[in-house]
Amino acid sequence: MAAPIKLSELAVGASAVIREFPKADPASIRLREMGLLVGTRVTLVRTAPLGDPLEIKLRGYHLSLRKSDADYVLVEPAE
Amino acid sequence: MALPSHISSTLAHPSSTRTPVYALVGNPNCGKTTLFNALTGLKQKVGNYPGVTVEKKIGTAYSQHGQPITVIDLPGAYSLAARSPDEAVTRDVLLGRRADTAQPDRILCIIDATNLERNLYLVHQILDLGRPVILVVNMMDLAAAAGLTVRISRLEQALGIPVIACEAVNGKGLIELKVAMSRPDLPLARHAWDVPAAIAPAVTELQASLVSHDCKAPFIARAEALLLLTDHDSVRVAGSTPLHARTAEILHTWQKRWEDEGTDWAGALVNSRYDAIGRIAAEVILQTGETGPTPSDKIDAVVTHSVWGWAVLGAVMTLLFISIFTLAEPPMNWIDDQTAILATWVKHAMPDGDLRDLVTTGVIGGVGGVIKFLPQILILFFFIGLLESTGYMARAAFIMDRLMNRVGLNGKSFIPLLSSHACAIPGIMATRTIEDPKDRLVTILVAPLMSCSARLPVYLLMIAALVPGDRVPLATKVGIMIFMYALGTLGAFGFAWLFKRTLLKGAPPLMIMELPPYRLPRVKDVALNMLERGALFLRRAGTLILGISIILWFLSAYPKAPDGTTDQQQLAQSFAGRAGHLLEPAIKPLGFDWQIGIGLISSFAAREVFVSTMGVVFNAEATDDTAPLRQAMLAAKWPDGRPLFTPLVCFTLMIFYVFAMQCISTIAIVKRETNSWKWPLFQTAYMTGTAWILSFIVYQAGTALGF
Repeated sequence: MAAPIKLSELAVGASAVIREFPKADPASIRLREMGLLVGTRVTLVRTAPLGDPLEIKLRGYHLSLRKSDADYVLVEPAE
Repeated sequence: MALPSHISSTLAHPSSTRTPVYALVGNPNCGKTTLFNALTGLKQKVGNYPGVTVEKKIGTAYSQHGQPITVIDLPGAYSLAARSPDEAVTRDVLLGRRADTAQPDRILCIIDATNLERNLYLVHQILDLGRPVILVVNMMDLAAAAGLTVRISRLEQALGIPVIACEAVNGKGLIELKVAMSRPDLPLARHAWDVPAAIAPAVTELQASLVSHDCKAPFIARAEALLLLTDHDSVRVAGSTPLHARTAEILHTWQKRWEDEGTDWAGALVNSRYDAIGRIAAEVILQTGETGPTPSDKIDAVVTHSVWGWAVLGAVMTLLFISIFTLAEPPMNWIDDQTAILATWVKHAMPDGDLRDLVTTGVIGGVGGVIKFLPQILILFFFIGLLESTGYMARAAFIMDRLMNRVGLNGKSFIPLLSSHACAIPGIMATRTIEDPKDRLVTILVAPLMSCSARLPVYLLMIAALVPGDRVPLATKVGIMIFMYALGTLGAFGFAWLFKRTLLKGAPPLMIMELPPYRLPRVKDVALNMLERGALFLRRAGTLILGISIILWFLSAYPKAPDGTTDQQQLAQSFAGRAGHLLEPAIKPLGFDWQIGIGLISSFAAREVFVSTMGVVFNAEATDDTAPLRQAMLAAKWPDGRPLFTPLVCFTLMIFYVFAMQCISTIAIVKRETNSWKWPLFQTAYMTGTAWILSFIVYQAGTALGF
C-alpha cells in the first residue's frame, strides 16, 4: 500500500481512495457528513481558476472545498 | 403500492378537527422549492423566524378531497448537525425547540434520485425522530438519463415508509403524494441501525436526561441525544430553547472523556449512518448504463475554465449590472412622475395648510421614495433567482472564492457586494445567500462602501464644479470618477479585512459547497421568489423608511418662516438649516460651511438629494442642466470673501461621500437584516468617522500643499 498523500496534492483528473482524517474539526465532520468517508473514491475534477478551491467528484456529485481543508484528508491515489 | 402495516402511527394521527402540519425538508438543490410551490401554489405566507434572518415559509396544500394540509417549507439542510443558521432552524423546528413554531405532525422528506446516498444521510437522521415520514424521490427522469435505476419498492421495503417517485418540475407523482399525505395513518419507519458501542452509553444517558429534564418524548429525546453528539461546536440561533443544565453537563462530561481518550465520536457516528445507508443503496440503486461526461461537465469545462471562466463571469456580471442600471431606470422615473402627479392632484384637492404639506411632501414623497427601490430589488432578485436555479451562482462563488478569501470572506459575498454598486439595499438583502453569520454581517457592514448609483449625481455635480469650464479633457473627469469608485471598493475590502481580524474574529467559515448540475431555470419559481422579496422589502423596511422620511421632511419644513419668504430662506431657518449651523464647527476643518452642512443632512433621505438641496440653498433653478447650479456654487463665498467651492473642497466632498453612511434606507434595511439597532448604528459611526478623518487629511494636506 502506497503512503497516503493529501487530497490537496492529488493531480487534476486523478482518482484516489480516502484513507484517513487526521483532524476531527467541524470541517472534517461536515466533509464526512457530505459522504467523504474512509474508503470512498474521489476524483479531483479541477481547481478554480486561481488555484483554490478544489472541485472533487464523489458518489455521483460535485463538491468544492478549500485546499486548507483538503490538507486534512489523506488519500491513496488509485490507478 | 405495498406498504408494510406492521406498525402504524397513532401518536401523530391527525385529529379530524385540526389541519395536519407537514414539515418539508431536504438537501439544498434537490427541488424542494419547486415541490413546495407545486403543492401550495400561491397559497404561501413568507415571513421570518423571530430573532434570526431565516425565511419562514408556510403554505396550504389541498388533498384530493379538498381537505387543507399545512406545509412548512424548512430551509435546505445537508445535516441536522447545523453549520448555518438555516440548518439550525430546520433542526430546531424538527426537534420542537422553537417556541414560535409548533412541532410538525409529519415530515415530508424530499431527496434527489441522482444523488441518493448523500441525500439519504439527512433522511437517516430524520427517521430517528420517530415521526411519520413520507419520502419523495425527486428527479427520477434525470436519474434515468444518468443511467441510474432507483427501485422505489425496494426503498419502501427497506425503510418501511411510503416512498413516492416524483418529477416536481412537471408535476409527475404529485397526485400519489397528495393521496399519501391525506392518509389518516402512516406507518412508522422500520429504522434500526447500530450506534457505535463506545457511544451507546452516552446516548442512553443523554436520552434519559432529555426526557426527565427537558421534557422530551422518548423518540425525539433519542434523536436529539444522537444529534447533540455529532453537533460538535454547532450553530445556535436566537429563538432556540437552550438545553437543561444537567443535560449540557452530561454532554460535556462525555465529550471531555472522549477527547482525552482520543475517540473520534462524531466521525464514528457519521460512519455508522453511512454504513446503514450503503446497505440500503446497494439494494435500491442499479447502475444500468455507463455514461460519459454529462452536459453539465461539458458546460463546466468552459464556465470554470482558467481563461473562459473569467470571460463568462465578466459577461454575466456586466449583464446583471447594466440590467439593474438601465432596466430599472424607466420604472423609477415613472414612479417619480406618478408621485409628482399625485402630489399635484392632492395639492389642488386639499385646502392649504400644514396637513396638505404633510400629505404632499412628507407622505407621498416618502412613499414614492420607498417604492422607487422596488424596480432594482425585483430585477436583482430575478437575476439572482436565475443564477441560483441554473446552478451558476455556485460557480461564481467557486471562481471568486480565492480573491474573497484574501480579506477573510468567501466567494458567496461577491454578488451581494457587486450588486451594492447599483444600490446597497438589494445588495444587503442578497446577503441571505451567505450561510456563515459572521461573513454575512461583515458583508452587510461593508456593502454601503461600494459607490452606489445615488452617489453618481453628487460625483457628477462635484466634478462639474471642480473642473472649471470645458477646457479640461473628458479623460480627467472620467479618471476622477473611476478613482472614487475604486476608493470605495478598496475601502470595502479593507474594512472587511479589518473586521474579520478584529471585531468578528472566529474560526474561518467553511467553504464546503456543492456544485449542483446545471438545470434549466423554472421561471415560475424565480418569479415567485422575486415577488416575495419585493413584498418583504415593502412590509419590513418600507414602513421604517417612510417614518424616517416624514421626520426628515418635518425637519426641513419647520419651523415655518413668515409668508412671502423664499424657499432658500425657509430652508435656512428650518431645523435642518439650524442643524447645518450647529454642524459647521465640526465640518469646518474639512472646508465645508453650514450650507454644505444642510446638504449633508438632507442626504440622509438619499444621497442624490444633495443636488436638489444645493439648488435650494444657492437659489438656483432646479433643472436637468447643472450649469446654473454650478455657476451659483462657484459664486458662493465664505463670509470673509474666500470662494467656498474650491477644487480642493469639491474633491474633499467627494471623498466624504465615498465613505459616509448617509442613507436612512440602508440604515433601515440593516436594522431589519441584523435584527438590532446595534449594527446599523455601528456602521453609521464607522463609515461617517472614516469619511471625516479621510476628508480632514485630504483637506488639511491639500491646503498645506497650496491647492
